[in-house]
Amino acid sequence: MKYSGAEITIKLLEKEGIDIITGIPGGTNLPLYSALAKSKIRHILARHEQGAGFMSHGMARSTGKTAVCFACSGPGATNLMTAIADAKMDSVPIIAITGQVPSSLIGTDAFQEVDTYGMTIPITKHNFLIRSAEELLSAIPEAFRIASEGRPGPVLIDIPKDVQLETIEIESFDRSFEEDDLPIYIDEVEIEKAARVINRSRKPVLYTGGGIILSGAEDMLLNFSHKSSIPVASTLMGLGCFPSGDNMFIGMLGMHGQRYTNYIMHEADLILAFGARFDDRATGKVKEFCPNAKIIHIDIDGAEMNKIKKADIAIQGDIKQAIKQLLPLIEHNDRKEWTKTIMDMRVKYPISKKMKHDEQLPEDIIKRIGGFAGEDTIITTDVGQHQMWVAQCYPFSKPRTLLTSGGLGTMGFGFPAAIGASLANPEKKVICFSGDGSFLMNIQELSTLSELDLDIKIIIFNNRHLGLVRQQQEYFYGKEYIASQFYCKTDFAKIGEGFGIESYDLEMAENPFLTLEKAIKKEGPVLINIPLAPEENVTPMVAPGCANYEMIGGEINE
Amino acid sequence: MNNIANTIIELIVNNHPGVMSHITGLFTRRAFNLEGILCGKIEDGSKSRMYLLVNDDDRLEQIIKQIEKLYDVLEITVRKDYDHTIFNRLQELIMSD
Repeated sequence: MKYSGAEITIKLLEKEGIDIITGIPGGTNLPLYSALAKSKIRHILARHEQGAGFMSHGMARSTGKTAVCFACSGPGATNLMTAIADAKMDSVPIIAITGQVPSSLIGTDAFQEVDTYGMTIPITKHNFLIRSAEELLSAIPEAFRIASEGRPGPVLIDIPKDVQLETIEIESFDRSFEEDDLPIYIDEVEIEKAARVINRSRKPVLYTGGGIILSGAEDMLLNFSHKSSIPVASTLMGLGCFPSGDNMFIGMLGMHGQRYTNYIMHEADLILAFGARFDDRATGKVKEFCPNAKIIHIDIDGAEMNKIKKADIAIQGDIKQAIKQLLPLIEHNDRKEWTKTIMDMRVKYPISKKMKHDEQLPEDIIKRIGGFAGEDTIITTDVGQHQMWVAQCYPFSKPRTLLTSGGLGTMGFGFPAAIGASLANPEKKVICFSGDGSFLMNIQELSTLSELDLDIKIIIFNNRHLGLVRQQQEYFYGKEYIASQFYCKTDFAKIGEGFGIESYDLEMAENPFLTLEKAIKKEGPVLINIPLAPEENVTPMVAPGCANYEMIGGEINE
Repeated sequence: MNNIANTIIELIVNNHPGVMSHITGLFTRRAFNLEGILCGKIEDGSKSRMYLLVNDDDRLEQIIKQIEKLYDVLEITVRKDYDHTIFNRLQELIMSD
């Protein structure tokens, strides 16, 4: 039977198990949409390609399965760039399929032509510029393999319009049977060496990252930590991989880590970096990061070994498999002394603001929401102060319940990601914590949400500022405030209503907490505006370039 | 060019129009130095051999690991033993008017 390149593409996406595609059509990908019209795959029309890109993030990050988004050439493709770069930084398996001007016009500065292939080289795991319909047969399955294999990441497939229209004869689409990749057994000698060092250590700390979640190693990690009484400090990307209520959990480390977390890390004699990459926000000044500790680094990406910090033992491999092999070699140990030191640190340097209860404090509001939201609720955040407050205070206890832009730090991520997460998990409630600055960056997707009627709660912490910028200007730029304030007082509740979304403004509410709880417990989309004092800062804070033990704020009597 | 601080990385790569961009793009993106590059197709033209002249410093390990991750790179060898005359001759050619 004869198939066009566009039909082949859609058929292969069906074969890969794709049931939702987000995107926006345009001149150069209309053949793909024509083929999509005949498919069972559901299309979600975003209002901006970046929204479509982050919706695919929401699907992929919440499920671990590769998700697909579409855009046309030129501005469609450039609008996707931020979402693609974000997926590279946070190891998210997405496949972006872009239309391109016909092959004969490539290089002529044709209408809506841009070098999508060239532009995406540094921000994808791999990319393809397709030259014939035939090539799609290998490129698309390859793209899925690349996106999910090893350390996941984004793949871009650029398909010129003439290739989408080219028809070829194909007998069947049966994919050659491929076995699932079994985790590769890790060299026992290395594992034994690591186990000896762990058993001999007196003050070990687990420094866990997003790799734990990608590998599905959370149960192994819990056993491992409990067996040898090793406290767990998580990166932003790792939150959810360890129950935050567990005695062994010591919180998020780094720039906005709690005082005791960073002090405990500083005391450690052994750091177990499991599925983490020594990002600068986590380590602070690298030379002074855990200066007294040996380092065992285990990661699936060999290029992360010795990239930032030289490891004493570096093991490349799947972290779940590594912990599985390590577990029987680890001795039971209650580490009385170390556990006591940690308890003392917690008492000496407690989370200051957690001591107070105040309806005006974002930390308290977040904790309250965490109290009734349920552990399966998926939280997405945008980027800024609210993101750090959520990371510090929300009681995460399951993997893939926090979706946040960690590496790239993209404002505008949270809301479209929430839409994607809800599409992929219709049975779960999704809460998007945002700030007024971030929310304005993808506010157009309110239109999409209104159509889809998903169970998403948008919480806007509104301080009429770019809060984290204002905070840095206060701390590090002599309180010289410039370009960080919004003089326009946006009525977000009215905007929500304008899109047909039930909206609340807590400024008007007589009992804000009651209104908040009722609103969140409702089914369907709800927007809630929460006014906040611009002076509320995220503390503690490590100044950029400083060591983690040099923190500003976050003391008891603050 | 007789700098002993240089070394050569030999690559076998898939031969298609984007490969050179992927290799040089990696060097730009990661701020690695690339002193010279030689490339030509081999076998039936579906593959190319590439010689990259790079600094032999503490970043070499990272350069190699990052190149290894590129999809179109099939083989990678560090040729510390390699005769530098090719690049030297090339340099003479480039320097002459």
